[in-house]
Amino acid sequence: MIWNWEFAAEALPLLLRGFGNTLIATIVGTIIAAILGLFIAVAIRGLPRWINWVVRLLQAFIRNTPLVVQLLFIYYLFAGIPGLVDVPALVIGIIVIGVHYATYMSESYRAGIDAVPPGQREAAIALSLPPVRTFTAVILPQALRATIPSLGNYAVAMFKDTPFLFAISVVELVTTAQQFGAAKFAYTEAFTLAGLIFLAASYPTSLLIQRLERRLATY
Amino acid sequence: MTDNFTSLLDFLPQIGEGIQVTLILTLAGALGAMIIALVLGLSMTSTHAWLRIPARIIVEFFRGTSLLVQLFWLFYVLPLLGVELDPMSCGIGALALNYGAYSAEVVRSSILTVARGQWEAAIALSLSPARRMVRIIFPQAWALMIPSLATLLIQLLKGTAVVSFITLQDLTDKINQLRMSTNDTFFSFTVGLIIYFVIAWILQELMNLLERRATARLGRKRPNSRTERRLARRLARGEGGRHDADDTAAGKGVRP
Amino acid sequence: MPPTENIAPDPDGASSTEASASGASASGTSTPAIEFKDVEKRFGTTTVLKNLNFTISPGERVALIGPSGSGKTTILRLIMTLEELTDGYIFIDGQPLTHTERNGRRVELPSKTTRAMTTRIGMVFQQFNLFPNMTVLENVIEAPIHVLKKSKDQAVQEARELLDKVGLAEKADEHPSRLSGGQQQRVAIARALAMSPEVLLLDEVTSALDPELVGDVLAVLRTIAETTDITMLLVTHEMQFAREVSDRVMMFDGGQVLEEGPPNQIFGAPRHERTRTFLSSVQ
Repeated sequence: MIWNWEFAAEALPLLLRGFGNTLIATIVGTIIAAILGLFIAVAIRGLPRWINWVVRLLQAFIRNTPLVVQLLFIYYLFAGIPGLVDVPALVIGIIVIGVHYATYMSESYRAGIDAVPPGQREAAIALSLPPVRTFTAVILPQALRATIPSLGNYAVAMFKDTPFLFAISVVELVTTAQQFGAAKFAYTEAFTLAGLIFLAASYPTSLLIQRLERRLATY
Repeated sequence: MTDNFTSLLDFLPQIGEGIQVTLILTLAGALGAMIIALVLGLSMTSTHAWLRIPARIIVEFFRGTSLLVQLFWLFYVLPLLGVELDPMSCGIGALALNYGAYSAEVVRSSILTVARGQWEAAIALSLSPARRMVRIIFPQAWALMIPSLATLLIQLLKGTAVVSFITLQDLTDKINQLRMSTNDTFFSFTVGLIIYFVIAWILQELMNLLERRATARLGRKRPNSRTERRLARRLARGEGGRHDADDTAAGKGVRP
Repeated sequence: MPPTENIAPDPDGASSTEASASGASASGTSTPAIEFKDVEKRFGTTTVLKNLNFTISPGERVALIGPSGSGKTTILRLIMTLEELTDGYIFIDGQPLTHTERNGRRVELPSKTTRAMTTRIGMVFQQFNLFPNMTVLENVIEAPIHVLKKSKDQAVQEARELLDKVGLAEKADEHPSRLSGGQQQRVAIARALAMSPEVLLLDEVTSALDPELVGDVLAVLRTIAETTDITMLLVTHEMQFAREVSDRVMMFDGGQVLEEGPPNQIFGAPRHERTRTFLSSVQ
């Protein structure tokens, strides 16, 4: 017997409970990444060139090295620091994923800001708007329009990366599936269901983002 | 600290082995992904629904389910179905399928981005559909797709780190071993991340080279060369005017 | 994917009640080089051509004029099989191009048959459409070698002669992107001629050019018109040029032939008010 419906029925509630952690990690991670990413994109604009350069190098470094290794790094690092030993693995995971994706999202923000026609800034200057007002009322709203779909795509990518939390034993969807599979020797049911849950969540979201993208593309 | 470096020196051969495993996974995975991407990507541009729709379903399936699920499926489930794969093949297979699906989308959209006039001129010269694709459309699409494929290649390199979950001793696994033997997390992981970063950097440079060659064949300058990007950024910041003494191009761009 | 999908023409929709002229006036006794029979072309719900019938004799030079959206470019694209025929038949040298009638039913020909037919037709586009991944010479020899199966030596030799004819012999090894628009268009003409077409379709070949580059291209076309007997069908806004090279002018409006005749008559004494309005608007 390749597929056992009893195992499947037994696994599903457990998997959905694990999926709760997956969702928490995705949502909180996205919030962190979206805010931190914007901060990185905006804050370094006015700073001296060498700080700019250091931030960009750090960003490239985080972006071009594996999330799994970063997770393990911070996890073990915290384990060696007395005050941080008790930080739950899920929290560590969310922070690392959030920072990892902030480096991607900041690029999207930057591209969005750069894409706003220079005439907009010039018009705001001509109206004597203060710089902060120019940025928050004129530049940013237009930049966000172009950025939001790309942030959404990164959120979906992050969602699909949450299984990497397996590395630091956060009990999310795939970890649950692995544990269930090992206990009952029911890997087929556990992993197939886990995959289907991912598909069921990510595919409609992607379609939604595509539609959003098309709608935001026109004023 | 000196202790750390002695340990690192002792550990170097092991790290070397880890790098080798990671590189094999990256390159074999990329090769497999490219083959899958070409087959699925070209199928998705077909006018025949019986080719286009199944290809689209396969792509969405492997993009939608997570890499780790695919890896575990190959590693844990396949043996139950009577197919026994060694961990290395599982790793390469999962990477090829997952990134192949992403790359297929890149192949598809690049092919469709090639100007309509190129298709029409090829039809007007009565070139066969195969010749049209191989000689006219694909070379132009290829230049368009390399930057995206480069990004995916780096993603694939990063993705290889998950194979340590299925007993493979790749770079990540060796770094973890180094951590245990030195008992210095910061040191060992910094070393590990730097190695990954350097590999990623080399891969990126190789892809840049490939892109330069592909665009040179189209008879134009690489559109987003590093100097041009820098120039564009400078112009965007409105700094061009200050540089006109040493950088005429930038100066020309902003002076009225 | 295929370019046949939909290049939406400026919707015009008007289906004039005017009887479509049967352009047999200039055709002699020989088989027509091109024949349109009950041709209909719709894009979605927009009818661009309706019940169109005309013939063009071998060696004839026909200029198609008319307001944009009148369907004249669509005619060229239908002959080149860049658009799919909605209904009716097109014959090249008496042979069906894409569809034929069998037992009273309209059936599509195999794509290979159609492709064999299109080797006798060449087209020059408004936007040149040279292949950027090939040199000028490679652009010209690609189809002769791979479609007509000529030897490379022969193809290269002929290509060089053609490039010489259009005044670009020394540009053979350049990439198209290094050429001016006018030069690119001359290469495109050489590329089309390299297939020794019986029919040459020219689709607004000077519209994308800077005014000072138009002259060279027109000069090349004039030479071809004078020295060969290729059947030419041209859509153009250069009325002076149309007048010089064409034997017959067809004025299109709303997917129908409004009137046709020798250039002197059409340009000198148009019968229809609409033709007069159109001509005064472009001159």
